[in-house]
Amino acid sequence: MTPAWPSGPYRRRALVLAAAAALLLVVSVLDGCARDGSDDDAGHHRRTTVTIGTFGVFGYRQAGLYEEYERLHPDVVVKESVIERNDAYYPQLLTHLAAGSGLADIQAMEVGNVHEVAAAQGRLFEDLSRAKGVRRADWLPWKWAQATTPDGRTIGLGTDIGPIALCYRKDLFRRAGLPTDREAVGRLWAGDWQKYIDTGKAYARRAPAGTVFTDSAAGIYNASVHAYPERYHDRSGRPVYMDSPAVRTSWDLAVQAVRAGLTARLKQFEKPWDQAFANGRFATVACPPWMLGYIKEKSGAAGRGAWDVAAAPRPANWGGSFVTVPKAARHKAAAIELAVWLTAPAQQARLFERQASIPSTPASYAMPAVRDARNPYFGDAPIGRIFTTAARSVPLLVFGPGEQQIGTAFTDIGIAQVEQQGRSPAAGWAAAQKEIKNAVDE
Amino acid sequence: MTATTTAVEGAEAGPAGRDRDRPAAWRSRLYRWDLRYSPYAFVAPFFAFFAAFGLFPLLYTGWASLHRVELTAPDRMVWVGAHNYLRLLDNDFFWNALRNTVTIGVLSTVPQLLMALGLAHLLHYRLRAATFWRVALLTPYATSVAAATLVFVLLYGRDYGLVNWALGTLGVGPVDWQNGTWSSRCAVSSIVIWRWTGYNALIYLAAMQAVPDELYESAALDGASRGRQFLHITVPALRPTILFTVVVSTIGATQLFGEPLLFGGAGGQKGGASHQFQTLGLYLYEQGWFYYHLGRASAVAWSMFLLLLLVAAVNVLIARRLRKDR
Repeated sequence: MTPAWPSGPYRRRALVLAAAAALLLVVSVLDGCARDGSDDDAGHHRRTTVTIGTFGVFGYRQAGLYEEYERLHPDVVVKESVIERNDAYYPQLLTHLAAGSGLADIQAMEVGNVHEVAAAQGRLFEDLSRAKGVRRADWLPWKWAQATTPDGRTIGLGTDIGPIALCYRKDLFRRAGLPTDREAVGRLWAGDWQKYIDTGKAYARRAPAGTVFTDSAAGIYNASVHAYPERYHDRSGRPVYMDSPAVRTSWDLAVQAVRAGLTARLKQFEKPWDQAFANGRFATVACPPWMLGYIKEKSGAAGRGAWDVAAAPRPANWGGSFVTVPKAARHKAAAIELAVWLTAPAQQARLFERQASIPSTPASYAMPAVRDARNPYFGDAPIGRIFTTAARSVPLLVFGPGEQQIGTAFTDIGIAQVEQQGRSPAAGWAAAQKEIKNAVDE
Repeated sequence: MTATTTAVEGAEAGPAGRDRDRPAAWRSRLYRWDLRYSPYAFVAPFFAFFAAFGLFPLLYTGWASLHRVELTAPDRMVWVGAHNYLRLLDNDFFWNALRNTVTIGVLSTVPQLLMALGLAHLLHYRLRAATFWRVALLTPYATSVAAATLVFVLLYGRDYGLVNWALGTLGVGPVDWQNGTWSSRCAVSSIVIWRWTGYNALIYLAAMQAVPDELYESAALDGASRGRQFLHITVPALRPTILFTVVVSTIGATQLFGEPLLFGGAGGQKGGASHQFQTLGLYLYEQGWFYYHLGRASAVAWSMFLLLLLVAAVNVLIARRLRKDR
């Protein structure tokens, strides 16, 4: 039963060393964790570090906005922490909110989430409508309303929006005998998504080999459904996802497209979708402004000059974000000031220049940087004019709880079953409704 | 241990004077404490961490599963008793996930262990560059789930995937690996098989090397072929090892998560358009982190835990039976 390890002073020294090493490790790890996101004494005099948590690519840093703000406010340092995907960012934000710690001074929020946060947790955020320098009239009314709580507090200032246009390939349209000029193309389907489907059928009759009209039925559904004020909930907050005209009409359009074989049966934002861009597999895709960069990247040099942008059948909005200031923020005053500055029309216009994020402030639309913007990759399309025209006509969307869950039940379950798995539309519809019941039921 | 301690005490205390007596006694007491308690001190960090990050979450999850808790306001817990569990009982999505977990578990575990056994048998022969083969077997295990799965997703692509291209050259029509019911389950299983076969083979190999050579020699003298030797010596000798790998693989199969999640691409937590490869792990994730029902997700987690206990009990019974048979 003698211990196997060496004994005597040697052993004790080893023990002390090991204990010291372990202690050092623990302390340094804890220290490292604790330091994350706290204040630091940058430079020689003490400066305030304002932290901002975002997801995806907001572009503030890339557009040099933090740098400029720091130049204007020498006592402020801006520190951004980014989580790439919103479906990882948002749950983390919720747990931090509940814990009341770990929050950045400014937290970005996606449009699909901001409503439920405003409704359920609005009291945990600053009312930014009262902040100095905020003029409600600067924002599009529907954007402003999305982040406003039932009792009239506005917890988020709008950043970008996602008015929808239609990206199409001129080369494929020409070979299919369709017009290629963007005004003429826009006229093909102006006012009604049904005309878009009819154009698709015309395309299919003379489609260049190996190509189809559009990427996915879910894309059509999304672009169509977001043009209606009441989609999943009506103005009184009653759920109407079972039979609202918005859902019914958009569902029928998607099913028609599948039945007529107009889609490439792809899922958006997956690898095969990227590959299909590269291979020029489909001729049109409903595109919010933030998708233009994606199309350019995936289509590559081969797509230069082939893609163009036309107006969508009906003005709709897909995506967009807000910045909020939690009440638990460490530097509330500085955070509010920065949030107001970042979302002011001039800064939103700068962001548009950098990465084509359409401002949610119409005052930016008159600025030359936006008004005269053209995109060389898309045949010099006047994207500033196209997207801002759509933005002004987007209806005031009604949001309710479980917006994203309901939406994906239609696109990823219902329509996917019809499009990808060849089930009947009735079966797909029933599956989507069942999915929603399971998702939103408390 | 007692013997050693007394001897040391005697040796140190014996010839010393009065003034040296006390420190010596103190030292010997320290020494005794050291012997008696330092083992606990050494294992304490593990148990402290386990209590904080294993036991507490386990119990708290159980507590949460008896409440309605939503991620949108996790600090508001409403007592609902067994509601979350009762709801699972008549929830098609839960049973579907359970069925998928079992199906994919069988589809991946059985071929994986059989192949591992065969590979280990081959590696047990005298081979050129034996170390190279053994290391090569272990490389899939050393890759990350995410990296491996993402590569498999490309291979299994419907339109531009390598597998369908190969099938096409053989004249077999393209398979929609992600959307087919069985094709998707096979694809997910294949990723698991690819990652874990080598690992199990090495465990089997280690066990095989512990089987005494004399057994094989005498069997060879009796005229038993290689195949018979494998069936009648190797497999029986490996029984405890096989049981171990079965238990470990079953636990792994029950928790299957990363592979189907990433295989599903965007919205992978649904496990396909008709949830055809949604495992219990994915269902838990979907309920908790996409539908924000933390209480319900906790109930799924505890159901999985109870299920594993059940499987473990069955394993113990089988092991006991096997021992009796011998």
